[in-house]
Amino acid sequence: MIALLRRDLLLALRAGGGFGLGLAFFLIVTVLVPFSVGPQSDLLTIIAPGVLWLGALLACLLSLDRLLALDFEDGTLDLLVTAPLPLEAALSIKALSHWLTTGLPLVVASPVLGVMLNLAPGGFVWLVASLALGTPALSVIGTFGAALTVGIKRGGLLMSLLVLPLYVPTLIFGAEVARRGAVGLDAGTPLTLLAGITLATIGLMPFASAAVLRMTLR
Amino acid sequence: MPLKVTDLAVARGGRSVMSGVSFEVAAGAALILRGPNGAGKTTLLRTIAGLQPPLSGHIAGARETIAYAGHADGLKAMLSVRENLDFWAQVFGQDDIEAAIAAYKLQPLQDRLAGTLSAGQKRRLGLARLMVTGRSIWVLDEPTVSLDTDAVALFAAAVTAHLNANGSALIATHIDLGLDAGSLDLAPYRSATDLRIGASDEAFL
Repeated sequence: MIALLRRDLLLALRAGGGFGLGLAFFLIVTVLVPFSVGPQSDLLTIIAPGVLWLGALLACLLSLDRLLALDFEDGTLDLLVTAPLPLEAALSIKALSHWLTTGLPLVVASPVLGVMLNLAPGGFVWLVASLALGTPALSVIGTFGAALTVGIKRGGLLMSLLVLPLYVPTLIFGAEVARRGAVGLDAGTPLTLLAGITLATIGLMPFASAAVLRMTLR
Repeated sequence: MPLKVTDLAVARGGRSVMSGVSFEVAAGAALILRGPNGAGKTTLLRTIAGLQPPLSGHIAGARETIAYAGHADGLKAMLSVRENLDFWAQVFGQDDIEAAIAAYKLQPLQDRLAGTLSAGQKRRLGLARLMVTGRSIWVLDEPTVSLDTDAVALFAAAVTAHLNANGSALIATHIDLGLDAGSLDLAPYRSATDLRIGASDEAFL
C-alpha cells in the first residue's frame, strides 16, 4: 500500500504528472471572478466563500479523469486486480494520493485567494477548516466516478456529469460553513454534517468503487 | 497446488466464446494454448486470472497463486526500469529484483525511464515483472510479441528456470519456445452457437 502511494506521488511530481494542475486552475478561476463581477469589494465579500468552494470543487474534478485512466491504458489496473492488495485498499490509496496532490494544495492556497476576494477576516479559519474536511470527500467520490467511466474512451465529460450531482451535499455544507464563519454566525452544525459526509464516503465509497471497477474491467 | 480447470465456459462482451474447456497444469509443468485469432485465448486467460467471472465451470488452485501478464505491460513511462520493478516487488511483498534484472539482461537499462525503452525492451521488463511477484503459476498472453530471437531465448530460459523451481506456466503463444511442455488446441472448444441467436428479441435488434 505504501508502495502504491509512493509511486503515485512520485508520478504526480515527475514531468507530465499533472501535479499543480488543479491548483493553477483554482488560482485562475478565482482571479477571474473579480474581473467578471466588477471591483465592488463588498459584493466580493458576500460571494467569496461560495466562489472559493466552487473553484476548489471544479479544480478537484479537473484531475479526476487521470486518476484511473492512465493505469487502465498501460495495463497496471489489470495487474493490480490480480495482486494480493485488496482492490478496495488500492482505490482508497488512489483517492488519498489524489487528495494529497490536488485537495491539500487547494486547502493551503485558499487563504491567499481569500484575501484576493476580500473574504471577511473571521472567515479564513472556517474556510480552511471546511476545505480541509470537505475535499477528501471530493477525492473519494471522484474515485468512484473514475472507476465507473474508466473503460470508456474520452469518458471525462461523462464522469463530470455523473460526479457533480454527488458533490452537491459536500458543496452545500462546505460553503455554508465558510459563509457562516465569514459573517460571524455559529458554523458548528454544518461543520459536523460536512465531517459526517466525509467520514461516511471514506468508509463506504471504496467498496462501491471496487465493485464497479471489477465490472468495468471485465 | 496444480491449476485445474473443469468444464469452463467463458464469455466476452456477453457472448459465450468457448465452452467445455478442461485441463490441468501440475507444479513444474507448462501448458501452451494454441488457437486461431478470436478463439478466446485472451478471454480464457483473463478468466483464469480472476479478471472476469466464468459463465460456468470451475477453476481450482488459481487464487493468490497467479501472476498474470497480458498484452499491456503495466509499466509507468516516467519511472525507471528499476523503480518499475521495485514497485511491483513491493506490491507482491517481495524485495529481490536483482535476479529478474539479470535474467532479462536489463542491467544496462536499469536507470533509464521506461518510456524511453523500445517495444522489445519494454516487453522484457514486463516479463521480468513476473519474476518479482513470487507467484507460482504464470499466466502469459502472447508473451513473445515484439521480442527478438535472443530475447525469446532469455524468456524460454526464465520459464524453464521457473518450472525447475516447481512453478508452472500457462502460455498462449504461436511460436515454438523450445519448452518441454504440453499443448492444447482451443479451436474445438469454440462455442458452436451464439447464445443470442434464436433469442426472442433478435428480430427487433
